[in-house]
Amino acid sequence: MSLTLLNVIVAVVIAIAFAAANAAYLVWAERRGAARIQRRPGPNINGPFGLLQPPLDGIKLMTKQLMIPGGADKILFMVAPVLAMAPAIMSFVTIPFSEGIAAHNMEIGVLMIFAFASMGAMAILFAGWGSRNKYSVMASVRAVSQNVSYEIPMLITAITVVMVNGSMDLKAISTAQAGGFWHWNIFPSLQSPLMPISFIIFFICSLAETNRAPFDLGEAESELVAGFHTEYGSMGFGLFFMGEYANIVIGASLTTILFLGGWDCPFGMFPGVWWFLLKIYILIATFIWIRWTFPRTTIYGLLNLSWKILIPISLFNLLLTAGLLKVF
Amino acid sequence: MILETTQQALQALFAGSVPADGAEAATPRGNGVITRNYKIHGYHLDAQVATDQLLAAVTILDHAGFFIESITGVDWIKENQMEVIYDFSRYDFDTCRVVIRTRVPRDQPLVPTISTIYAGANWHERETHDFFGIKFTGHPHLVPLLLPEDADFHPLLKDFKA
Amino acid sequence: MSAPIQLRPDETFILNVGPQHPATHGVLRVKMQMDGEYIVKSETVLGYIHRMHEKMGENRTYAQYLPNLSRLDYLGALGYTHGHVLAIERAAGIEVPERAEYIRAITVELNRVASHLFWFGAFVMDLGGFSPLMYAIQDREHILDMLEAVTGARLTYCYYRFGGLYNDVDDDFTEAAKRFIPRMRKSLKKYDALVTGNIIFQKRLEGIAPVSAEMCRKYGATGPVARGSGINFDVRKNEPYSVYPEFDFDIPVYHECDSMARYKVRMDEMEQSLRIIEQGLEKLPGGPIMAEKKPKNIKLPVGDFYQAVETARGSFGIRIVSDGDKNAYRLKLRSPTYSNMHLFDEACEGMLIMDALAFMGTLDLVIPEMDR
Repeated sequence: MSLTLLNVIVAVVIAIAFAAANAAYLVWAERRGAARIQRRPGPNINGPFGLLQPPLDGIKLMTKQLMIPGGADKILFMVAPVLAMAPAIMSFVTIPFSEGIAAHNMEIGVLMIFAFASMGAMAILFAGWGSRNKYSVMASVRAVSQNVSYEIPMLITAITVVMVNGSMDLKAISTAQAGGFWHWNIFPSLQSPLMPISFIIFFICSLAETNRAPFDLGEAESELVAGFHTEYGSMGFGLFFMGEYANIVIGASLTTILFLGGWDCPFGMFPGVWWFLLKIYILIATFIWIRWTFPRTTIYGLLNLSWKILIPISLFNLLLTAGLLKVF
Repeated sequence: MILETTQQALQALFAGSVPADGAEAATPRGNGVITRNYKIHGYHLDAQVATDQLLAAVTILDHAGFFIESITGVDWIKENQMEVIYDFSRYDFDTCRVVIRTRVPRDQPLVPTISTIYAGANWHERETHDFFGIKFTGHPHLVPLLLPEDADFHPLLKDFKA
Repeated sequence: MSAPIQLRPDETFILNVGPQHPATHGVLRVKMQMDGEYIVKSETVLGYIHRMHEKMGENRTYAQYLPNLSRLDYLGALGYTHGHVLAIERAAGIEVPERAEYIRAITVELNRVASHLFWFGAFVMDLGGFSPLMYAIQDREHILDMLEAVTGARLTYCYYRFGGLYNDVDDDFTEAAKRFIPRMRKSLKKYDALVTGNIIFQKRLEGIAPVSAEMCRKYGATGPVARGSGINFDVRKNEPYSVYPEFDFDIPVYHECDSMARYKVRMDEMEQSLRIIEQGLEKLPGGPIMAEKKPKNIKLPVGDFYQAVETARGSFGIRIVSDGDKNAYRLKLRSPTYSNMHLFDEACEGMLIMDALAFMGTLDLVIPEMDR
C-alpha cells in the first residue's frame, strides 16, 4: 500500500515537472515558431537559440509584485490562477505515455480528464468576475459560453471512441489500437465509418477548449484588451499562461490516445514513449501554426459552429456508431 | 450643369440684391452669390448669406446632392465680426465646390445649427465652437470636442493670449 | 448578423474604449453604452492628441509651416504636404517644373502604398491575425528606405518646397522603385491568398457594418470609406491636380457598403498606385526640379484659397484665408478621418463590439490627423 502511494507521489511530482517544463518550453517554441512564420528571429539572445528565455521570463514574473486591483474580489482573484493550473497538472496523472509510463492508470481516465478540463472554465469565470473589470467580465462570459458549447461535441466524440474501443481506460484504448497505423481510431472502420470526421471535430474542440486562436475570444486582445487576465500581473499571469500550455499538452495527448494510437508506432515496430511524444508535438506544432495563420472568429460564428454544425454531426456519428456496433 | 443650377437656386435667396461686378475684391462684401476663378481659389461658388438664410441655403445644397466637407470660422477682429465658412462638394464628376459663409457680430456669435440637415456638421460645429466660441443654436451636444471638456477659452480668436 | 436588441436601460453599462486601447491605434476614446456584447449607443471623444496646428499656421510663415503638415498623418505624410504646397502654389501663381510634379506624384503614391500596407497589417491584427502585419511591414520597409534616401526622413517628410522639391531623385531611387513594383505585385497576390481568401476573415467582414452612400454624403466621408459604399469619388479624378491627368489608372469602387468592400478598395488601390508609379517612372522628364521665378518670402494675395488632394485616407483639404501677409490669417485643415470617424457613432449602434471594432479598423484611423 505504502509503496503504491510513494509510486503515485513520485509520479505526480514527475507529472508536475513535465507540465511545467512543457509549459515553459512551449512558450519558447511558440515564440520561435511564430517568429519563423513571420520572418523574424524571435528570442535568440539568452543562451543558445534563446533557450534560456523561459527560465529568465519565469524569474522576472516571480520577482514582480502581485497587484490586486482595488474593489476586486480578493479570494476569487487569488484562487483563479491556481484553479487554472491545478486541473491541468492533475490530468497528467492519468495519461499513459507508454505501456509502463503512467502515474496512475484509472479505469475511468477519459471521464476524469473531462471532469478536470471543465474546471478550467471556472478559473476563467472567477478571474473575470474577481478582477472587477468590464473587459474581464465580458471575456470570461464569452470564454465560459465557449467552453460549455465545445465540451458537448468533444464529449460526444469521445463517447464514440469509448464505444468503439469498449473502455474508458486510456491505456486500454491505446492498446486496442496497437499494431500499425491502420488500426488507429482516426481511420474509418466497419463499426464507425465517420472516424476521420470525429477526429477533426475533436481537434477543433480541443482548440476551442484551450482558448487558442482562432477561438481565443476569452482574451481577444484587440477588443477586450487582454480578456480575463487583463488585471493579472506577476505569477498570477504566469500561472494562467502555464495553465494554457499545460492544457494544450493535455489536449494533444488526449487526441493522440483517442485517435492516433497513443504510443503505437505507425508501422507496428518499436512502440514506445518516443512515438507518443512525437505525435503530441506534431499536434502542438499544428496548434501553433494555426494560431499564427488565422484571424479570430466572432462569438456568434463560434457558437454557431458548435451548436449548428459540430453537435449535430457528432450526435449523428454517435447514433450511427451505436447502430453499427449492434449490427457487426 | 450643376454649377449654374446651384447658382440660380442660391441667387433666388437674394431676390433684388444682386451684387455688382467686382464684388470679389470688396471686404467685407455684402451678401450674395459670386462665382470664383477655380484655378486660383480652388472653388467655384461663393455665397455669403445672412444667418437666417443659412438653413435655406444649406437645404438647397442638400437637395442638390452635395456632401459636407467642413465647417470653420474666421475671426475678423477689425470689423468686429466673425465668419462661419461651410464647404460643400460633390461626389460625381460634375465638379462644383460651393462655399457658404455667414457673418455674425463678434459679441453675439449665434448661428443656427445645420446638423439637423447634415448629421456630419455636428463635430465640425463643435470644433468651431471650441476654437471661436461661436454658438450654434439648436445643436444637440455643444460641448468641447477637441479641447478639454472644461475648456472655457477659444484659442483661434485673434485676441486670445495663451 | 445583428440580433434584435431588447433595450433595458437599467441593464446597460458603459464601456470606456480608450483612450488607451489596442483597437483604437492611438489615443482615441469611445464611450459605449453596452447591452451585453451589443452596442446601444456610442459617443466618440476626441482631442487627446490635439496640438492646435491651425493656430501654428497663423503664427508661422508659410515656409515655416511646411514641417507641420507631415505631423498630421504619420503614415501618409507626403499627401498632406503635397496639399499644402499645391495650395500655396495655386494662390501665389507659382509654376512648378514638370519633373518636380512627376516626382511628387511618384513619391506620394509610394507613400500611399506604404500607408495602405501598414493599414492592412494593423487591420488584420485587429481581427486577431498577427502574421500579416509582419509581412506588410517588411514590404513597407522597402518603400521607407527608398523615401529616406531621397527625402531624408522615414515618416515625417518635409520634401516638397513651394515651386518644386528639396532634392532631386537619383538613379538609385528609380532603380529601386522599378525593382519594388514587381515584388509588391507578388506580395499583393500573397496577401490575397493568405488573408482575403480566408473563410474566417470573409465571415467577419462580409455584410458587417453597412454604411450607405447617403450616410457618407451626410457625414462627408471620403476616400476608401466612400468608395466602399459605391461612391466613385477620388479627388485625383474628380478634381485633377498635379500631373494625375497624365496617368492611366482606375478608381476601385465596391457597392457592397460593408467592411469587406472597404478592405477590397484599399487592396485594389495599392495596385492602382503601383500603376501610377510605373507610368511615372517611365515618363519621368528631365529638367529642373525647382521653379525659377519664385519669391523668397512668399506672400499670398488677399482672399481665400482651397486645395483638396486625395491622401491615403480620403480627401484632405486646406483652406488658407490670407490678408496679404507672410503668414496665413486663418488656416483650416480638413482632415478626412475626422469626417470618416464621425459616422462611426451612428453606424455602430446595435452592432456587436467585435464587429464595431473591426469596422473601426476599416475606417483607417490615424489619430493625430483627426485631432490635428
